[in-house]
Amino acid sequence: MATFVEPPIPLKEEQRSAPILVTAQPVLQVRGLVKRYGPKIVAVDHVDIEAYPGEVLGIVGESGSGKSTVLRLLNLEEQPDAGEYRLNVARSHVQTCERVNLLALDRPARREVRMFHIGIVYQNPHLGLRMRNTSSGNVAERLIMAGERNYGKLREAARVSLAASEFPLGRMDDPPSQLSGGMQQRVQLAKAIALKPALLLLDEPTTGLDVSVQALVLDTLKRLQRETGVTMVIVSHDLGVIRMLADRVMVMRHGRVVERGLTDQVLEDPQDPYTQQLVHAKL
Amino acid sequence: MTLLQVLYLSKHFTVHHLQRQVPAFDRLSFDVGEGEFVLVAGPNGVGKSTLLRCLYRTYLPTAGQALYDSRHGVIDLATAADVDILHLRREEIGHVTQFLRARPRVSALDFVAEPLLSNASPQRGEVGWGGASASHAQAADLLAAFGLKRELWDAYPTTFSGGEQQKVNLAHALIAPRRLLLLDEPTASLDVLARAALVERLAQLKAKGVAMIGVFHHAEDVRHLVDKEIVLTTDHRRLPMESVVPGLPSVAGNGHAGGTFSVAQ
Repeated sequence: MATFVEPPIPLKEEQRSAPILVTAQPVLQVRGLVKRYGPKIVAVDHVDIEAYPGEVLGIVGESGSGKSTVLRLLNLEEQPDAGEYRLNVARSHVQTCERVNLLALDRPARREVRMFHIGIVYQNPHLGLRMRNTSSGNVAERLIMAGERNYGKLREAARVSLAASEFPLGRMDDPPSQLSGGMQQRVQLAKAIALKPALLLLDEPTTGLDVSVQALVLDTLKRLQRETGVTMVIVSHDLGVIRMLADRVMVMRHGRVVERGLTDQVLEDPQDPYTQQLVHAKL
Repeated sequence: MTLLQVLYLSKHFTVHHLQRQVPAFDRLSFDVGEGEFVLVAGPNGVGKSTLLRCLYRTYLPTAGQALYDSRHGVIDLATAADVDILHLRREEIGHVTQFLRARPRVSALDFVAEPLLSNASPQRGEVGWGGASASHAQAADLLAAFGLKRELWDAYPTTFSGGEQQKVNLAHALIAPRRLLLLDEPTASLDVLARAALVERLAQLKAKGVAMIGVFHHAEDVRHLVDKEIVLTTDHRRLPMESVVPGLPSVAGNGHAGGTFSVAQ
């Protein structure tokens, strides 16, 4: 007697409407990003990204999924093979980059955008810091590059930035090589936010830290995000970190985005077969 | 005034490694007005929590509509853009669950005050940190109302007992003003006093016009608040709609006789 009921016609991701309540323009807009390494490897395969003001966007996926490559491209460290990349920032002290495809800029202009509008924290502090310079000097370096020469101002700005990263100020003149992993990440963070960027990129920022330190660093990030409204893109393979920090998430596999959605929805009701595997593989 | 109109809403889970569709509920329709309390009833596993999660979009509805009359116009929660849902979660729709998701090394007071702080959106030129003391005062009031011992306010909820965690969780979920609350067994694991405090709080919110859709293990606690009851049943794992929304065609008689979904006014 039990007759099988046809499943209703499902709502596809593409059927999600365009925003109507949020009228702000995305801070970050990327279209059709492609990065190849050699003739065979497509590390990033036509990826679109959007992030709205004050939002934390998570990117998850296994090693080799292309998520860190995406972050390097967003940081203008590497040139992609195709794509458009726009940052909507209303800041006047450098050339406005609104409506400009950043990937079409020449090297010096790209460097300027990177310096003033983008901050990054790497998993490996050696990539972001000079390990033998003082911590305060590492932070001040960004400000010097931006043209500040006054020693007193540099020191004060470094102090403010380190304090915002909840770095113990008594150690601000110690070199990162003498600091714990958690403190090194705080120095990187202070350096990244020194010029109040519109976009903060985080590449596995707490991976490798022990669990209690990880919680504290994540809490600093959350507080910073709330206080400053900086837009963040965080790459992590740790779904717990993503759940704690990200508003929305995109799942990458083989260079492609296989699913995107609200963080809790992707983790609790994943739609894509790969995402289902990934979520259920969590311990 | 109708705040939420649910039309033919369905949720099926697709479990890819089993290559199976697991239906949760099918073609559900009802509406909720401002200040109205809708009780969702039915046996375990019938999809009560799933319905709430679909409306909060923790689960993606499979089909149908959930038309919500937001302050900025009507929006379909089933298909709304993710950023719009985030906006509604910050400003208008709350989800109260039985599970605390506290973060390590965040005190009970800070955790409860948090929704007020992040509510001050930088987009609107407000600085969240400025209102911290007022937010903490509200958080303290609410924790006191739910009966959490004062010496625990500065402690980390991750170390609390289940009942104490739930008090923190409720305070966190109910501190910010909301127009629609989705209540998923909020009284589970609460002692009698805390349950009474919660029901009192819900009554106040209802009086202010807050709409609520709730699943309650102890339904008798909230019986006096209930305006409407939706009963879900497992019959054939499908729930054809009976015509409950005025002006809409009924799908009964569409081969789906034996309605397994009913609304009691």
